[in-house]
Order: sequence, then C-alpha cells, then structure tokens
Amino acid sequence: MGQLLKFIGIRGFAFLIGLGFIGVLVIAFITDAVNYFKEPPAESAEHALHKANKDVDFSFEGPFGRYDQAQLQRGFAVFQNVCASCHGMQYVAFRNLEDLGYTPEQVKAFAANWPIEVPTINPDTGERATRPALPADRFPSPYDNEIAARAANNNAYPPDMSLIAKARPDGAAYIYSLLTGYQEPYQGYDEPAAELAERFPEAQPGDGLYHNPWFPNLNIAMPAPITADGQVEYPEGAPEATVEQMSADVAAFLMWAAEPKADTRKNAGLAVLIFLAFATTFAYLSYRQIWAEAKRKVVAKGPLDPEHMAEREEAKAEAAEAGRGVKG
Amino acid sequence: MATVEQPDPLLNEDKTDGAGDGVRRRDFLDIAAVSFGAVGVGAVAFPLLNQMSPPADVLALASIEVDISKVERGQAIKTSWRKQPVFIRNLTEAEIAEANAVPLSALREPQTLAERTKEGKQNWLVTMGVCTHLGCVPLGAAEGENKGDYDGYFCPCHGSHYDTAGRIRKGPAPTNLVVPDFEFVSDTLIRIG
Amino acid sequence: MSFAWAKPYEPKTQLGHWIDQRLPLPRMVHGAVGGGYPVPRNLNYAWNFGVLAGVFLMIQIVTGIVLAMWYNSGIATAFSSVEHVMRDVNSGWFLRYAHANGASFFFIVVYIHIFRGLFYGSYKAPRELVWMLGLVVYLLMMATAFMGYVLPWGQMSYWGAQVITGFFSAFPVVGEPLRVFLLGGFAPDQAALTRFFSLHYLLPFVIAAVVILKTWALHIPGSSNPTGVDVKTEKDTLPFHPFFTAKDGWFVLAFLMLYAAVLFFAPNALGHPDNYIEANPLATPAHIVPEWYFLPFYGILKAFTVDFILPAKLWGVIAMFGSILLLFLLPWLDRSPIRSGHYRPMFKVFFAILIVDVLLLGWAGGAEPTAPVVAVMQIATAYYFAHFLIILPLISKFEKPLPLPNSISSSVLHGEAEESAPYGLAKA
Repeated sequence: MGQLLKFIGIRGFAFLIGLGFIGVLVIAFITDAVNYFKEPPAESAEHALHKANKDVDFSFEGPFGRYDQAQLQRGFAVFQNVCASCHGMQYVAFRNLEDLGYTPEQVKAFAANWPIEVPTINPDTGERATRPALPADRFPSPYDNEIAARAANNNAYPPDMSLIAKARPDGAAYIYSLLTGYQEPYQGYDEPAAELAERFPEAQPGDGLYHNPWFPNLNIAMPAPITADGQVEYPEGAPEATVEQMSADVAAFLMWAAEPKADTRKNAGLAVLIFLAFATTFAYLSYRQIWAEAKRKVVAKGPLDPEHMAEREEAKAEAAEAGRGVKG
Repeated sequence: MATVEQPDPLLNEDKTDGAGDGVRRRDFLDIAAVSFGAVGVGAVAFPLLNQMSPPADVLALASIEVDISKVERGQAIKTSWRKQPVFIRNLTEAEIAEANAVPLSALREPQTLAERTKEGKQNWLVTMGVCTHLGCVPLGAAEGENKGDYDGYFCPCHGSHYDTAGRIRKGPAPTNLVVPDFEFVSDTLIRIG
Repeated sequence: MSFAWAKPYEPKTQLGHWIDQRLPLPRMVHGAVGGGYPVPRNLNYAWNFGVLAGVFLMIQIVTGIVLAMWYNSGIATAFSSVEHVMRDVNSGWFLRYAHANGASFFFIVVYIHIFRGLFYGSYKAPRELVWMLGLVVYLLMMATAFMGYVLPWGQMSYWGAQVITGFFSAFPVVGEPLRVFLLGGFAPDQAALTRFFSLHYLLPFVIAAVVILKTWALHIPGSSNPTGVDVKTEKDTLPFHPFFTAKDGWFVLAFLMLYAAVLFFAPNALGHPDNYIEANPLATPAHIVPEWYFLPFYGILKAFTVDFILPAKLWGVIAMFGSILLLFLLPWLDRSPIRSGHYRPMFKVFFAILIVDVLLLGWAGGAEPTAPVVAVMQIATAYYFAHFLIILPLISKFEKPLPLPNSISSSVLHGEAEESAPYGLAKA
C-alpha cells in the first residue's frame, strides 16, 4: 500500500478514489433513471389529495402579535367542553390558567370541578384513589395509559394536547384546518370528483374513520368534534359561537398551551434587539474611529510621496481657506 | 517612506476636532461602546443566575391543606410542607398546663404557648419538624419515640430538648422550633403556608 | 509571538509585574489576542468568523451548564424535564431556545469560517495543522450536536439516534456489535441517553482545548489574509488590540442581533415539529431528517442507491465519512502555490459551483426522496468528490494565476483596496 501510494502519489490516489465514487454514483444514477422510466412511481392518494393548511389570522402572529386573552378563555371553554373528554394536557397546570386572566379563585374552582380527578393514594389504606385537582396539579389525563386510551377509542390514541400546536408544522392553522375540514372525499379539487374517486379509491374512509383532507393520512379516527354552531356557550359580548369561531379559538388556546411564554419572549426580544442596535451602533462608530488612524498610516506615506502630492495640495488649499497656516 | 509611524500632520485632522471639550468624541464613543458591552453582559448574567431560584411549580406547592380530624388528644402527625417535615400535635390538658407552668425567664427564646398557637385552639401545636440547631428531624412526633427531658421533642443529632410547646430547653439549638404560617380553614382543616 | 515587531508585554503596574514574574497569564493573553499579536491589516469581514465561533462556543457552554441543572437524563423524565424548563424554570424558555438556536448559529458561523478557509487557501503551508485542528473541532462539534439533539428524547431525537448509530451497522462483521456497544443496548434506550448526556457535557471542553491548540498553531505563522501574500514588514500588520478587537466587537454585536431575532421571534424555525412529540420506539415519523447542519451529509448518504460490489448502505456511509475525511488531505490535494482565490480565475469558478453544490445537497438531503431529488443528490455528490479529488489537483496545473501584489500594504494602496480593506474605509 505504502509503495503503491509512493508510486502514484497522493493526488493520483485521490484521483482514483474520486473516480471510484463517481463511478458508483453514475451506476446508481443510471439504474434509478431506468427504473423510473420503466415503472414510473404512482402518485399516492396522500400526495394528491392532502390539502395545505387554511389561511387563518391569529392575534399572536408575527413579532408584534400577542395572545388575545378573551380568545384564549373562549378556547379554554371549547377545550373543556369538547376536547378534554378524550385528550389530556399533561404539561399544563391549572395554575397556568391565571395567564388567561382568571383569578386564583376561578382557577381553584376549575381545578376542583374538573371532571377527571387526580390519581393519588389513600393515606389510610394505601389503595389507589383519586382526589379533586388543585391549582398546582397538571391537567389529569382521561385515560390511565395508552392501552386504556386505545381500548376506549377503537384502537386510536387521542394524543396529548399540551404540545400539539408545536408538534405539527404551523400548528395553530393546522388545528383550525383539521377541525373545520371534515368533508366528503374528493370534493374541492381541480379535477372532477368522479375522476379522483376512480384514481384514488383508497382515499375512502375505512371503518371507524372519517375523511379529512387536512389530516396527513386523509382519514382520521376522530369524528368531527365541533359540529354545530353554539355547541359551546360563549359569554355575553363574545363573537358568535360558529364552528369556525370555536375552531379558531381552541386553536389559539392550544397554541398558548404549547408556548405559554410566547408573549414574554417577544417582549424580551424587542428589548434585546433595541439594546443590541444601540450597542452595535456605538461599537461600529468606535471601530471606525480606531481604524481611521490605521488607514491614514498606510495612505499617508510621507510628505514627499509623489502619489500623495495632489491630496496634500488640496489639503493645503483647504487649510489656507480656513485661515489655518500650515508649515511644510 | 519615513513616516509610517509619524502620520502626516496635514491629513491628521481629527486631533483638532472637538479637542476643546474635556472629553473628545473618540473617547466618548469608546466608553459608550464598552459600557454597552458591560451592561449587556450584566443583563445576560441575570437569567443565567435567576434560573437557580425556585421554579413556578415549586412555588405553586407553597401552601398545603391538612386534615386534622383524626389526630386524637396526645397524638401528633408528621406531614410535609415545602419538602420539610411539619409536626402537628394535639396537646393534652396536662401538656398545656406543663407548658404554661414554665416561667418565661427560664427560656432561651421567651415565648408563651399562646403566642405559638391560634386563639381558642391552644391544643394544636404546629411546628416545623426541623431542629433549629443544624436541621435534623427531632424525635417525639410518633408514638413511642424519645420525647426528651421536657416531654416535647428530642433531637438525636446533638441532643437538643424541646418542651411541650416546642421551645428549646436544653442542648445546642439556639431557638424554638419554628411555627410556620398557618390558619384554620375549619375545625378539622388547617392550611399551612 | 510571530513577528519581530510584535510589541512585547510590559506590565503597567507593580501588581502586574508581580503577577507577570509568577504567572505570566496576562503576557500570554497579550500575545494571543492583545496588542502583542500583529495581524495582517487587510483582513475582510470573512475573517471575523473565527472569533465569532469562539463566542458561540462560550454561549453554548454557559447555557448548557445551566440547562444541565434542570435536565434529567432518564428516558421517562427527559422530555418532561425539558418541558419543565420551558414552562416553570425562571427564564428557562430563554435558556433552552438560546442553547438550541445557539447550536444552529454555531454551525452557520463555522460553515462560513470553513468556506472562507477554502476560498483563501488558508489550509496551505504553513497552516496545514491549523486547518486539520479546525477539522477536528468540526468533527467534535458534529458529535456534540448529534448527542445534544438526542437529549430532549423527542421523536426526532430517538429516530435520529437510531439512524445515525445505524450507520455503524453498515460495516460488515464488526458493524452490528459496534452499534450495540455504542448504544449499550439493541436500540436507543436509557444506557444510550445517559452516556450521550455525559459525553455531550464533556466534548465542548475538549473542543475548547483543541481551539486553544489551534490558536497556538495559528499564531506561529500568523493569520492568513485576503491576498494570500505573506506578511513582510510591520506596515503589513496592525496589532490585534485595539484594531481587531474593535472590528470583532461591533461585528459580534451585529451578528448577535441576527441570533436574537431568531431566538426571540422564530425559535422553532430551525427545529423539527416532531421533536415536540415524546420518543416512541414503536412509531417512526413519516420523514426522518437530521438537523439542518447535517443535511448535506445526509444527502451524500442517500445518494448511493445501488448495491455495486458493496451494499448501497455501506457505500453511503463510506462516502459520508469520506466526504469529511478528504478535507484532511486538502493541503496536499491543492498544489497551487497561490493561496487566495482572488488570483485564481479557474478556481474561483469551481469554488462557486462547490457552494451551490453543497447547498443543493443540503436541500436534497432534507427533501422527500423522490426520484428527481435522488438524482440531484447523485449529481451533487459526484461533483463534491470530483471537486476535491480530481478538479482541485488538476487546475493548479492548467490555471494561469493573476499577478499577486508585492505586499499586503501595496495591495491596500493600489487597486485592490476594495477587497482588502474593511468596507467603506478603502475608498477614501
């Protein structure tokens, strides 16, 4: 090996290795291309029929956007009345609801009246027991474990909601799209429905599944949760509880649940950026100041440098104009 | 090429700029830049240090409610508040009398039993189960434990004796067992913290 | 340190004298990053990224140390301990986002630093060891970043660990036992998580040590410069302090603004949503991708689709490791005596193609591997190897370099001022 390396040299050796890799890649490229044209891959139903998230405006979008407390409260009401029977929210505590503008007493009442109790151990007998939730408790899960959850839901697992808005791309818009997206298959595409039905028969919902083209698999095990206007009672002065409004509200609430510190974060960010802008400006000016001298040292090679005479004359003239006598 | 180190005075205009004032513009800029840097470092140091203080979930557990309906006269229970033991003791008449019989002048930290309990509920002595000497858990709360020379609590680490009002009577501990903030929510329920 | 005119350290106070005679640490700092280190005066802003990389190493170490005060490396508790940091720990969200995005920015800075070195021939004699130590830092960074990404124990953490340790199983005979050894189990589990945490905490300090060696090696010949011409006289240099401390200072602050903008306003933009789902060994995400800074290598890995003599997977793994290891040979592959790409017309073109090539590889590595994407990967991978192993050794034979300036200061004075002096200052 060493002798060989000596003979062909390191560059010759590298050349051979390079040719080797390229050769294998060319073979792979040709094989793939032949296969591609021999049997072009069929377009999958998910690829053809999956719809991009609907466009919704949320108050918390952008650097200056903040959560709308009233909307979060409405969203919490929807979560409480619709979602919570199947979905847990294990990383959010009842005490966090104070962020939505509730008083500690209201929070205590929410916790105490929550339909699902917190698991505990009976202090006298040591048996498993439950107790009403306290503000310090996190939202209890409706099921003991995943197996119990699947058993109760036709083998589908209702995921935990605390991070769902961050666990999906553009989560809030996704939740809104999903909640308002239940429909008959093949509707709302450029191609006619009959043609799509013929091409993608697998997009039909199976047993216990519901069609929703905003869901990545197209068919979801969760039946439409928000089905009728006014399903959740909204307080006086709130917008009308339409399906869309309730969906947007609960999407906003889940975004808050996933990222409760977003408002604090953006406020801090603005302060930091303003501070850094000033600091950068001063540091830049200071840098210019320090370098001005260094640059002069190169440019000004000396009074007798011919390259420099024109500049000197100009400076002299300027100085004379300003009434400053300069020797030299 | 002689004057690399001696810049041409003609082109050296800065020197005359604002030289009249005490602080030149140049100094001001350097000082401003450096002080902004110092403030920035200080501002970043805050969250780096502040993260060590108790987080929100720990603070949320700062108050607990304890059911005392099952504590008989002469008995005591241990409970836990802020991850520290709390003794809740239902004093007998004899123990109350014993505590009240002690002259304040004989105490290291003079306090009456009444000062250490709630009005009308003098039989309920609630103290931290933490010896004020070096933080051991004193004995005497559970049945059959050594209650020390004064029928209260006894700390086995360095031999501090507390009386029936949880006051230090003998041994190295400097002060009485601490009475935490607490209140009676009802006759059978107290809230600590 | 390196040049005769370097200003020696002179303690200004009695205390300074006293310390200097016993522990000459201030003397060392003065020589390394103070007035005692003469730096070519014509450095452009591409040269700021070395110091910037040091800044991000410090940011990562400091935020990492405080996060370790709350992180819990148990498979049942790791994910929730991260959520605890995000929700309950004071400023915890800031610390975690600073650390997660700090890793990304560290890589951005290091990539710019590496490409600066590639363009200006910083790897050439006498700086070969500086270049190689830099590659060691880069490899350590990749290991650290990979293990750090596993720690939150999300879906991408878990499956990333599964895929990356799976590389080892490509090697015949020893591969599978090696993989099981590295994981301490048959799949990523408690043993793997705990050892990754331990090493993730250790490696940054190893990086810091290698950085010190690298700085030492750099200060022997001194920094390279945009002309690639050696420093000849004192006129060619300026002391590091105050000139380059001032220049680095404002640039670091400006760059931190970019970092802060992402940290505070789009902290999850560079991450993957699936990592907000707790690891589930029974359900693979639809599309496993590594963090963005590994995507070009992921592209190289996936470009090999055909079993030819060796299995496709083994080709991919060899090529992926090879794509980094070949950089160690770069000083001997590129024999052009000209360092700076400015004076190399042919090299300049191929360098531009290389940048596009690597960006393409990154895009393809992250995209869904449909047939056209795989074809792009194959072409881009082929160019990557061709560039370093075939083109670079050959062009030095055919290329006619442009005339070099006599010295750094004459390049500043004549014509090339635009490129060789800081922006805005050269024009006057």
